[in-house]
Amino acid sequence: MIRETLGMALILIGVMFDFLGVLGLVRLPDVYNRLQAATKCVTFGSAGILLGVFILQGFNNFGFKVLLGIVFIFLTSPVAAHIIARAAHRSGVKLTKGSIVDQYQEDRELKE
Amino acid sequence: MRTLRWLIGLLLIGLFMYVNFFVYTGSIYFKLINVILFSSLFVLYRVIIGPTAADRIVAVDILGILIIGMLALLGLNYEQSFFMDVGLIWALLSFMASLALAKVLEGRSLDD
Repeated sequence: MIRETLGMALILIGVMFDFLGVLGLVRLPDVYNRLQAATKCVTFGSAGILLGVFILQGFNNFGFKVLLGIVFIFLTSPVAAHIIARAAHRSGVKLTKGSIVDQYQEDRELKE
Repeated sequence: MRTLRWLIGLLLIGLFMYVNFFVYTGSIYFKLINVILFSSLFVLYRVIIGPTAADRIVAVDILGILIIGMLALLGLNYEQSFFMDVGLIWALLSFMASLALAKVLEGRSLDD
């Protein structure tokens, strides 16, 4: 009883995080802001859904596959986000108008 | 004009949520899967009209993450564990695609 309630609550929160993260992907004004909102729907959106499925299923073969999926997502997604942000900055995408500081650009100018 | 667009979007989301949760009669997993599919429509909107190439890469990366969550829910509905195999392969392939696209965007060759 407690296990089913906890699993369904985690799945519901995960789906809500997915939806709100995608809404941020549509609404925000800049590549970096969009990336920051969209990475939220990885770390608690889909990983929350997978954790809820693991709590519902227990330690059978489906549960172990879901645990392996959580490990893969947590290992690969921050690396991909970092590399996309770095490539966008180096390919010359401008920041939005209201932004105040760009420390990566200052650091690159200091090195040259 | 801006307020009108905002109101149209809010009305569309509210209509979808009402029809999905109160009119449609299916199991709870299919309702949650419908929410994820509706958010992937927003992701496709960002892929089509994204102003720069970096926006499109971010959106494709997030689409892979959403599909992993959807496959976990689908496997929970049908009580089959092979959906999660597809999810694991999809996670690794989506990571590699993000890395390759970011590297092409940065201007280097693939075997650098």
